[in-house]
Formats: sequence, C-alpha cells, structure tokens
Amino acid sequence: MKKLRFIEEKIFRIIMPLATSLILLSLVLIIYTIVTKGMASLSWSMITETPKGGFYMGKEGGVLNAIIGSILLACGAVLIAVIISIPIVLYMNVYQRGNTKMMNLVRLCFDVLWGIPSIVYGAFGFTIMLYFGMKTSLLAGIITVSLFILPVIIRTMDEVFKTVPKELLDASYSLGATKFETAFKVVIRYGFSGLMTAILIAFGRGIGDAASVLFTAGYSDSIPTSLNEPVATLPLAIFFQLGTPIPEVKGRAYASALILTIFIMVISIISRYITKRFNRYK
Amino acid sequence: MSDNNFKTHISVQNLNVHYGKNHILKNINIDIPDKKLTAIIGPSGCGKTTLLKSFNRLLDTSQSPMVTGKVVVNGENIFDPKVEITHLRKKMGLLSQRPYPLPMSIYDNVAYGPKIHGLRGKKNIDEIVEHYLRKASLWEEVKDRLHTPAVRLSIGQQQRLCMARGLAVEPDIILGDEPTSALDPHSTQSIEAMFNSLKENYTIIVVTHILRQARRIADYIMFMYMGELIEHGPAEQILDDPKEKMTKEYIQGIIS
Amino acid sequence: METKSKVSYYRVNKNRYAKNGMMVLTILACSLIVLIVVGLTIRSAPILFSRPLSELLFSTEWKPFKGQFGFAPFIVGTFAVTGVAVVIAVPLCLLTAIYLSEYASSRVTRFVNPFIDVLSGIPSIIFGVWGILLVVPFISKYIAPLFNVSSNGYTVLAGGLVLSIMIFPIIINVLLEVFKTVPNEMKDASLSLGATKWQTVKKVLLKRALPGVIAAFVLGLSRAFGETMAVLMVTGNVSKLPKSLMDPTYTLPSLIANNYGEMLSIPMYDSALLLASLILLMIILFFNIISRIILVKIERNYQ
Ligand SMILES: Nc1ncnc2c1ncn2[C@@H]1O[C@H](COP(=O)(O)OP(=O)(O)O)[C@@H](O)[C@H]1O
Ligand SMILES: [Mg+2]
Repeated sequence: MKKLRFIEEKIFRIIMPLATSLILLSLVLIIYTIVTKGMASLSWSMITETPKGGFYMGKEGGVLNAIIGSILLACGAVLIAVIISIPIVLYMNVYQRGNTKMMNLVRLCFDVLWGIPSIVYGAFGFTIMLYFGMKTSLLAGIITVSLFILPVIIRTMDEVFKTVPKELLDASYSLGATKFETAFKVVIRYGFSGLMTAILIAFGRGIGDAASVLFTAGYSDSIPTSLNEPVATLPLAIFFQLGTPIPEVKGRAYASALILTIFIMVISIISRYITKRFNRYK
Repeated sequence: MSDNNFKTHISVQNLNVHYGKNHILKNINIDIPDKKLTAIIGPSGCGKTTLLKSFNRLLDTSQSPMVTGKVVVNGENIFDPKVEITHLRKKMGLLSQRPYPLPMSIYDNVAYGPKIHGLRGKKNIDEIVEHYLRKASLWEEVKDRLHTPAVRLSIGQQQRLCMARGLAVEPDIILGDEPTSALDPHSTQSIEAMFNSLKENYTIIVVTHILRQARRIADYIMFMYMGELIEHGPAEQILDDPKEKMTKEYIQGIIS
Repeated sequence: METKSKVSYYRVNKNRYAKNGMMVLTILACSLIVLIVVGLTIRSAPILFSRPLSELLFSTEWKPFKGQFGFAPFIVGTFAVTGVAVVIAVPLCLLTAIYLSEYASSRVTRFVNPFIDVLSGIPSIIFGVWGILLVVPFISKYIAPLFNVSSNGYTVLAGGLVLSIMIFPIIINVLLEVFKTVPNEMKDASLSLGATKWQTVKKVLLKRALPGVIAAFVLGLSRAFGETMAVLMVTGNVSKLPKSLMDPTYTLPSLIANNYGEMLSIPMYDSALLLASLILLMIILFFNIISRIILVKIERNYQ
C-alpha cells in the first residue's frame, strides 16, 4: 500500500514533462512544416510582385498585394482601436478608480467581447456594411477588425494600468492636476509598456485573422489605392490560393503562410523585448 | 479656542468622517496656526492620514467616505461645492509616506506642476526647476542628470524631489504624512532641516509617530486617539506637561 | 480661493467634458455585445419568423435551394469537433499546468513560457495549413487503417486535433493563474503530514482549484466553438450528422465562412447564415459568461 503512492509519484513525474514536451513539440512541428513548405516557394519576386494573370490561375508573380494589404488593414484597425481604447482604459483606471464593482462588470463585458469569435465579428461587420450600403473594401475590413481587436487592446492595457499606485495619482492631484491631466500625462507614461504590448498583440491578431475580413475586405490582385477598394490579406491569400490545383499558386499560399508566421514571430519577439525593457520610468 | 494668540490658517470645525459604518474622525475641532509647523501625533490607525487628506480633499478619490463639518482655509469652507478642487490642492503641497516620483525625468517632475498651471517658455521653466531643486537641496546631486528617470534616484533623493515638486506649484501649506518614515538618517535630517527653514513662509502640518521628531521640528502639536482629537497646544506644553491622561500615557509610551 | 484665472477654468471644463466623453465611449464599447446580438437578430428575423424554431434547430435537412434550413448537422458538428478538442486538451493541459506550477524549476518555466506565448499568437489559418499538410494525411494514412475505415483524412478527429492545440495556451494560462490562488501554506501543511507531492496536488491543489479548473476548460471550450479557418480547412465540410470520429463534418463557423459568397443570391440564405452566427454567438456567450463569472469570483476570494 505504502509503495503505491511513491510509484504514482514517479509515474506522474515522468508523464508531466512528457505532456509539456508534447505541447512544445506541436509548436515546433507547426513551425517546421510551415517553414520547409514555405521556403520552397519563397523567392524575391514572391515578396516584391503582385500576382500576374489572376490569383487563382496565374502562375506568375507574388503576394505583395496581400503583404501590403495585411499591413494596411492591421495598421488602420489598430490605429482606430487604440484611439478608442485609450480614453476607455483611462476612464476605467483614473476616473472610476475605486469603483471596483462597476469596473468589474465593465471588465466582464470586455472579456466576453474578447471571447466572441472573429467570424461573428465578420458577420456583424457584414450587417453594418449592408446597413450603410458599403461595398467590400479596405475600409469595411478596417472597421470590422478594429471592433474585433478593441477588447484585446482594452483588456491588455487595462491589466497594466490597473497597477498604477493610488498614491501616484494622489501625488499628481496634490499638485493641482485634474484627472484628465493625470490620466494623459502620468498614467499613460506609467503604463507605456502596456500600451505597446497591447498594440503589438492586437496587431498580431489583426494581421493574422481571416474570418473577420472574409465578408468585408473583398479580395484583389492589386494593391488598393483608396479606402474604398477591396483588399487582399495574407490569411485570405493563403485560404484562397490553397484551393487551386496549380502547384505554383499553391506555392504562393505556402509562401504567404511563411511570411505571416514570420510577422507573428517578429511581433512576439518585439513584445517580449518591450515588456523587459520599457519599464524605464517605473 | 483658548489662550492662543496666533493667526489661524486652517480652521477645522466639527469634522466627521465615516467609511461605511466606521466612524473614522469624530467631531474634530481645531485652529491650525499660520506659518508654524504643526505635528499630528497618535498611534497608527487613529485617523492621522485621514485628517491630513481631508485638508486637500484627497479623500474624494477613494471609495467616497461620508464627510460632514467644515474645514475653513483662508475664510472659505473647502467642502463647499463651489470650491474648485484643483485650486485648493495647488495651495497645498503633499509629501507622502513613501516618495512617489512621477514616471518621468527629474526635470519633468519639477516642471510638471508649473507647466500644468500655465507656465511656458523653456527659460522660465529651467529657472523654476533649478530654483526649487536648490531649495530642496537636491540640485548639486542631480544637476548633471536632470533628464534621467526620477526613479533611479535613491529613496531619500526621491523624497526631496517630491518636496521640490510640491514647492514648485507655490503652495502656502505643506502637508507631510510621515514623510521620513522610509528614509535613511541622512535624508531624514535634511528633510527636517528643510521643514525648519520653510516654516517661516509656509504653514506646515506633519504627521509623525516619532516623538523625538515632533520635539525637533514642531511648534504646535495635536494628539489624536481612535479618531478623536484628545489634546492640542504648543509643542513644549504637550510634550512636557500634557493635560490629558491619555496624552501623558502616549508620551510615556504606555499606549502606542 | 483667490486666483481663479481663465486658464484654470479652461482646464477644469476640459476635465469635465473629457470625463463625460470617456464615459459615453466606455458605455458604447460595452454595449457592443448588445449591438452585435441585436444586429444579428434583426438580420436573422426573416428565417426565424418563417419557420418553427424546432425545425431550424433539430432538422437535419440542409437544402438552401429548396428552402430547407436544418441546422442540426452544424450544431452537432460544432459540438463534436469541440468535444474532441477538449477531451484531448484536458489531460495534456492539466499535466502541463501542474508541472509548470508545482514541479518545474524556474529555468524550465522560463524556457516553456515563450513557446506557449508564441503558440497563442499563431493565426488560425496557419493551423489550418499545418492541418492540411500534416494532420489530414496522417489520419488518412495511419489512423484510419487502425479502425479499418478508409478516409481521406478530413474528419472530426482532424478538426478536434488541430483545435485542441489552438486552445492549449489559453487553458494553460488560466490554469496557471488559478493554481496561483491556492495558498502555499495549504500545500505545505499537506506535505508536512507526509503526503507525497502528487498526493498534495490531487488532494489540495486540484480540490481547492476545482471551480477554476472547470472554468479554464469551459473558457477553452468557448474559444474552440468559434474557431473558424483551421476547422474549416480540415473537417471536410459535409452537412451530415457525423457518426464517428472518422466521418467528415461541418461546423457552424465553417458554414458561415464557406458560403458567404452566395448568400445574397439564394432567398433566405443570408438570413440563414446570420442565424448560424447568432446561434454560435449564443452558445459561446453562454459558456464564456459562466467561466468568466467563476473566474471573477475566484479572484475576488483570493484578494
Ligand atoms: N479607504 C478606506 N476605507 C475604509 N476605511 C479606511 C479607509 N482609509 C482608512 N480607513 C480606516 O480609517 C482608520 C484611520 O486610518 P488612517 O487615517 O490611515 O490612520 P493613521 O494614518 O493614523 O494610521 C483606520 O482604522 C483605517 O482602517
Ligand atoms: Mg497613516
């Protein structure tokens, strides 16, 4: 009897690291697969040319349209979402600081919004589009993606702004500063790393998501010259071009997958660096 | 108020503070003398911080307590809804228990207040910053690194920076909530020296739980216990010849 | 007080207007939930009012051209794929989270954390590509023969497998947060009574943290319901009730994503697809809110 529990302990000491390794291994496998497949089709023209002769059939050209499109879309969406979310987060953590009950409810709201899948945001964006008589376009895509990353930015920033000490706010108030001044001159600076991390995470979400822009952004072989034109994104480029029987077009999909993965890895590395380094004023 | 022939700066009248069911300050009445250093002493939890924060209405920012009574400063009740809170606070500098430098450079910490209140022009601001850093006897130590983050200073230097920051908005009252409790002996000494020189021009109110410190710096002392103001008067009288039994016991170290 | 200059009143007013503006913005952002529900409901009203709800929810006939819209295959498909994902995720995530919080040295956790972070950032579409390249052929070649069936690999199992990896990070992170709320003293007490570490984990950690553990998995579940692209790419998308793990299936998100192109050309089709989003949203809100409420309660007790 006594021995049994020690055997149990031993077994679990072995299978726990195994489970952990399995999870790590799955990531390694994913990256390995994407990199090896993608490298085979990645070339200079892939990232500097738009597709030639139709994205579905044409064998020539690259995915520049999708690269630029993704960046435009993600930047636009992040810009809008940041402009909306900064006042909200400051309101929660400066004006309503101490009103814990209310703010927990607000936080719950944003957490729930975060949990709504991007396909539902896509469908909602589509109904908005129909309502305003808009066509699929860069602008419609930007609006949809900004809605979908809004809770991400708000809650990520909020987690950092929550930690601003009350005494720091008091110090600013006691100099005669208004809450507005305290919010924008002191709290923002204190949580600057949080703001940056939030932006990066949201950018990663925005650039990688396909389901939300499926309905709203359209697709185009060329780089959009205005907000009203349809736009291609990397995830959509992957999705559409993977479905063809033509190996060169499929290759474009794999290359896009690799490019997207590189974007995501770079973002992840930068945000690690920021959280380590940017606490200059704390 | 009895025998005193001083000018009153802050007059507290029937001040009561409740947090929910807890009666924190119980009917406080006192005239705080102008251009003198008043020390608030008493065991921890007796309401010293609460009293101090009610002077610049910083209580408003926490879970709103119920406040009744009056605090009259310069002839005006600060709880009057017409009083603009930022004006009031500008007139009162605050040193807290631990220094909380703003998340910016040393220079910007001092410049923050004056800039908010409308000071413009690099030259003017440079002058102000240097003047108040000197006044807080910090200038010599930091003049070569004015633009480095304030958090890199030692705790003692940070507290002096907070002093400079507070003085830079030109208050007439300085409030200190155990401002030396986190400091090394050297910084404590320099803060105390600063208080002693500042009291010619400012009304200073300092919470302290160190009786020797009260003896060193206070002109006037108020002793609080369990939310009540037990006794107040000139420093020597309170420390050497307290009237109330409770004060006597506290000063002898029987209650703490 | 004396100097009430114009400048300061400007500041004070700015503060007041800003406060009101920020409040309105916050309320608007929070009401986005309501807006989404209302928007989708209005759009799905035509089909909701034209057929009994029971037919929509329980019929398995999906023939848009004939005007037959039975959502049952998609609802079942969604639950099937998600169920498989959670069944795979439960043991792996629990073991990993226990390992990271109780057993692993800080060097190991510092090594593992970035992996989990990166995993959580990888887009759904990349999982899909990987699924097509690796998981689907693997199932077709190695797993299906084990069960004596022939399959092209696009199956419930493929969807569940890919999906489980996608929800690992969120479940592990929440589990780690939950485990943190169990006081060390309680574990020490158990250890000092001579219990082994694993017994302590079982009897103290898991017992105390049980609501949080459940919340973590419900949260992962609600995440899994809505995952679209990866699942869409590996489940074969056949609108029939799946009978086994080796059958293809069709989930609600896939249905929406796959047919948006034609939705304005067939009568009621757009309404049907938006109803699909609404059903999906309701399922997710239900599970998500439950898990969030449990987690908020846990955090409050901890503080
Ligand atoms: N925000 C608050 N909410 C509820 N009670 C408080 C709050 N702040 C202080 N108190 C209570 O008021 C009493 C006095 O506190 P304080 O003024 O900080 O005392 P002191 O500074 O003399 O140590 C304490 O019993 C404390 O628990
Ligand atoms: Mg105190």
